[in-house]
Amino acid sequence: MTFSHSHLLGIEPLSPPEITEILDLADQYVALNRQDMKHSDALAGLTQINMFFENSTRTQASFELAGKRLGADVMNMAMQASSIKKGETLIDTAMTLNAMHPDLLVVRHPHSGAVDLLAQKVNCAVLNAGDGRHEHPTQALLDALTIRRAKGRLHRLNIAICGDIAHSRVARSNILLLGKMENRVRLIGPPTLMPSGIADFGVEVYDDMAEGLRDVDVVMMLRLQRERMDGGFIPSEREYYFRYGLDAEKLGYAKEDAIVMHPGPMNRGVEIDGEIADDINRSVIQEQVEMGVAVRMAAMDLLARNLRARPHEVLV
Amino acid sequence: MTTTLLTNARLIDPEQGTEAPGWLLIENGAIAATGVGAERPEADKMVDCGGKCLAPGIVDIGVKVCEPGERHKESYRSAGLAAAAGGVTTMVTRPDTSPAIDSPETLEFVARRANAAGPVHVRPMAALTKGREGREMTEIGFLMDAGAVAFTDCDHVIANTKVFSRALTYARSLGALIIAHPQEPGLSAGAAATSGKFASLRGLPAVSPMAERMGLDRDIALLEMTGAAYHADQITTARALPALERARRNGLNITAGTSIHHLTLNELDVADYRTFFKVKPPLRSEDDRQAVIEAVRKGLIDVISSMHTPQDEESKRLPFEEAASGAVALETLLPAALRLYHSGDLDLPTLFRAMALNPARRLGLPSGRLSAGAPADLVLFDADKPFVMDRTTLRSKSKNTPFDGQRMQGKVLATYVAGTPVFEAA
Repeated sequence: MTFSHSHLLGIEPLSPPEITEILDLADQYVALNRQDMKHSDALAGLTQINMFFENSTRTQASFELAGKRLGADVMNMAMQASSIKKGETLIDTAMTLNAMHPDLLVVRHPHSGAVDLLAQKVNCAVLNAGDGRHEHPTQALLDALTIRRAKGRLHRLNIAICGDIAHSRVARSNILLLGKMENRVRLIGPPTLMPSGIADFGVEVYDDMAEGLRDVDVVMMLRLQRERMDGGFIPSEREYYFRYGLDAEKLGYAKEDAIVMHPGPMNRGVEIDGEIADDINRSVIQEQVEMGVAVRMAAMDLLARNLRARPHEVLV
Repeated sequence: MTTTLLTNARLIDPEQGTEAPGWLLIENGAIAATGVGAERPEADKMVDCGGKCLAPGIVDIGVKVCEPGERHKESYRSAGLAAAAGGVTTMVTRPDTSPAIDSPETLEFVARRANAAGPVHVRPMAALTKGREGREMTEIGFLMDAGAVAFTDCDHVIANTKVFSRALTYARSLGALIIAHPQEPGLSAGAAATSGKFASLRGLPAVSPMAERMGLDRDIALLEMTGAAYHADQITTARALPALERARRNGLNITAGTSIHHLTLNELDVADYRTFFKVKPPLRSEDDRQAVIEAVRKGLIDVISSMHTPQDEESKRLPFEEAASGAVALETLLPAALRLYHSGDLDLPTLFRAMALNPARRLGLPSGRLSAGAPADLVLFDADKPFVMDRTTLRSKSKNTPFDGQRMQGKVLATYVAGTPVFEAA
């Protein structure tokens, strides 16, 4: 086994062989998930706690399903409604949970680095389900798996990531992963939604969709948060859709067999045209959801193997 | 009347810009004479310095002691002990306490407590506006009578230029020194890092280094209007330096400082969200750090401060964006500054020009020099002695130093305040 980490906090520390290993295992879980009997016992006896400090339906459901299919005992904690509101710090919460001996902790938090901080304080394996604008590693992995299955490879592809790059953890994790796997990554979006220092990321930056999408193999759209549309970052929703929304005309600049991706939930008519999103010949958005469960199963399986291989702590 | 002779010392004289073996005679708490060579005066007490460095005690502008309000983070007693152990003989304290030190009554309370509790000199600064809210100026005249050596709202920028220009005009009539934090507050709101690749990779809200230049540019324009005496607390970016140089050339009454952390650390030290490295303004790029070192060498930046800011564990053990800013540095200022000496960037007289002579001069204090007549505020230190920094050994109540676990060189052997040893290494 190549994967040697005790947490999955981001794509940054992963090596290309480790990424490949996760994707290979996920491929097996895709097959399992398509059977009637969807059960494995890879996580049997282990406890998985999902802590979401930020609203999420899809990601939390995906992690929950992944854990249950692998036989873990899964618990969801709605952190927004709980003790955080009573002034308890993140560390206090972590220590409390730690005392319950969970094995896998899935965490989403609105602040960058919060999941790293938590991982330093607990004894179990921590999976980052999105921290602030930092990373969302399982999203990048599921995107990679989707691309690999659609294109037959995950290298030397031209991939465009479009939209609100500055506020997107999905974009950061994808830039890192796709770069590690030797793809050419282009970022397309208005300059107000590009992060600073972007020129040093080893990517090509465009502010024009027609130019940026020319001959790409993959078009990855990002969600535009409603609160960014108030004139602070872009003038209006309709101007954004006109210049950066993916429609048939703009998609025409990409390769004929280019696939369209979106991490969801979509704003139809803002960043993506409804018809394109639903076009089964181009859009792989539903596949992304399916790959999400498989990739999360693979990641938790590998972490659990490392967890079980760890020498047991001696209880005094 | 006792006299003490410190012999066999390496005298670091920032006024002359020299370092030479010699002796120093203390009489009545003041420096009576210094000299080189074997011919030396008699004294009641002789101290052999063993060839180690003897320099004027550090005058540290911008120390936060958390009285009143948060004594659990730092008291005058603990800060004083830390200062003595760090070779700091004068703490110039900040008014960003809660409540802020913005009235003569609070200032008198603080000054009384400070000088009763601590072994080193304490010179308080007062807020420039009431509650540091940037609306109404404080009683600058009464506060000066009560002992305020300078006026500052610390890291609060007075955004209203009308308020700031009036305060500067009024301060000028009294000869008061204003210390400001050059920063464009709209641009830097909410920032936890300096914009660039590192901040973007970490997903941290960031501020362009340009915000510092914009703040400084505005303040310089106000100085042209008002003619006040002004000191920029921390200049940390290359882009702000040409503006500073121009203002100096045009004869404005302006000086500038920088913090020891911006001189010895850069943004990459934050690594995996290490909140002890969160300071204000945020750590900069390596290019900025190099430019700031060069500015200190040239004398364009006059002062190096610790910007000592105690924070307890609770306010640091948070996600980076939410964690409090600031680092303690009274005890690490000298060994950190010596990194610049060991790396060949700055020599010892230059370091002490920025840590003792210039800050004392700017505040009109007689210390910071090794000449006859100056107070015998001195630090004796071994510039080479290596050690590994262990934050639990710090005398400050708060232990938030970014240098924890790092190898450093330079140990204070003794600190003298008015000729009396207030710290001697075991």
